[in-house]
Amino acid sequence: MKLLDRLMHHDDLQAQFWRTDFPILKTRVNGKPLVYFDNAATTQKPQMVIDAEREYYSNYNANVHRGVHSLSQRATDAYEEARGKVQRLINAASPNEIIFVRGTTEAINLVAQSYGRSRLQAGDEIILSQMEHHSNIVPWQMLCQQTGAKLRVIPVDNSGALQMEIFETLLNEHTRLVAVTHVSNALGTINPVKAIIDLAHQRGVPVLLDGAQAIAHMPVDVQALDCDFYAFSAHKLYGPTGVGVLYGKSALLEGMPAYQGGGDMIRSVTFEETTYNILPYKFEAGTPNIAGVIGLGVAIDYVSSIGFESLVSHEQALLSYATPSLAAVPGLRIIGNAREKTGILSFVLEGVHPHDIGTILDGEGVAIRAGHHCTMPLMERFSVPATARASFALYNTRQEVDALVAAVHKAQEVFKR
Amino acid sequence: MNDLRELYQETILDHYRQPRNAGRMVDANRMAEGFNPLCGDKVKLYLKVEDGVISDARFEGSGCAIATASASLMTESIIGKRKEEALQLLENIHAMVTGGSTLGSMGKLEVLAGVHEFPQRVKCATLAWHTLKAALENTEEPVSTE
Repeated sequence: MKLLDRLMHHDDLQAQFWRTDFPILKTRVNGKPLVYFDNAATTQKPQMVIDAEREYYSNYNANVHRGVHSLSQRATDAYEEARGKVQRLINAASPNEIIFVRGTTEAINLVAQSYGRSRLQAGDEIILSQMEHHSNIVPWQMLCQQTGAKLRVIPVDNSGALQMEIFETLLNEHTRLVAVTHVSNALGTINPVKAIIDLAHQRGVPVLLDGAQAIAHMPVDVQALDCDFYAFSAHKLYGPTGVGVLYGKSALLEGMPAYQGGGDMIRSVTFEETTYNILPYKFEAGTPNIAGVIGLGVAIDYVSSIGFESLVSHEQALLSYATPSLAAVPGLRIIGNAREKTGILSFVLEGVHPHDIGTILDGEGVAIRAGHHCTMPLMERFSVPATARASFALYNTRQEVDALVAAVHKAQEVFKR
Repeated sequence: MNDLRELYQETILDHYRQPRNAGRMVDANRMAEGFNPLCGDKVKLYLKVEDGVISDARFEGSGCAIATASASLMTESIIGKRKEEALQLLENIHAMVTGGSTLGSMGKLEVLAGVHEFPQRVKCATLAWHTLKAALENTEEPVSTE
């Protein structure tokens, strides 16, 4: 055996070992072993995350930040411990900069409505990119309607990379915010976010990064990036749905008005006046998703125990294996060939619509996403109504990539009759 | 796999590859647009209705095999039908793809029955038909499958 083959073999063995942590991967779908390639939509959950939620509800379910009783103290400790885990994961300067929200979408809406609405006015500009998910477009459009600000868009080149030279020309004295995705959910492109932040900061413009697709696939260091806001969801990081994180620099968060009013976010309330709580509680109105936050903390433990070095090298090796293998299918075109990519393969197949690919693959137990991936402007850019998308996670293997390619051949057969 | 063969029957594939009555109609007197926001499938339906009879029907749009074939088969089957007959056909199609039952002979349209086994694809099959209803009822707003 050649050395390279042996290394590949070793890599798959490691993934086989990780797979045992995920009970759902033993499932059969339509009589076939589940091949789960819809990780950009949501990742599966390891047993320890599932257990953590059950443990909370079974043994110490109580509300946080209120109780004098022991259970409430235990729940509060676990909840705040998770905040510390998030802080360490993204290397934030303080746990007070970690705000728990429902997901990436709510995090972006929070920044738009709190930071944006209090600071922007008619004539101001917000720069986004052509590859944004609708959740990093629509909140800004709503803000523009409210304030009279305008959106400017960084175009994407044929490979699926941002046209940085155009970004530089879009930055001007009217720019008030840049909001771009760290990694494209539809193409897998890793954007040069450090360069974007440096250029924006030269003009004193803050930058929000949509980290939904990055957080589980690369190490993120918000201080090294110097980003002003970073948003991500737990469920794409092997954690529960319904929980997400907004990181914000404390200096910015301190100056922002409250987003939602309610319990927990106040210091004192009279009918005449309310004084708000300190960070991060100012932005956490109401009883939070306590079980979800605890689950997120355990998901971070899980990913940390594997380590980003092993995880990234596995997913990159899988991408390098899958890309030529899929591209070799006659009539198949991969959309998104940027130099820097995470494990996402978006493709179209001549004569077979992505939805039909999705249905036929499902019959083979292969779960992929077919559609516009909530990036309709990007689909228009590539003149396709939709794509089929396979997205990888740490538990995927070469064997599964082979099953995907075989299923795509099958789709072609069905349509060739 | 048998279900898949049932879904992608020869007639479906034929109407997908060579849709009948495809294209715009300049002298249409009824028009409606349909959109499936989940997947981005779009259809624009043109009708010519004279004395309560659909004398011509054409469609434009982009969609999967099921959505395209359904639109193509629909235009074929409604031309020459009275408005009420076309609406009754819609009811029958809906019952067939959601409930799996066929109410009497549906002719060629019976090839759409396989969709019943694929609940995620029902909206693909019914998009053109929802649009037909909108066109006949002269709804101004684009119809949505949601």
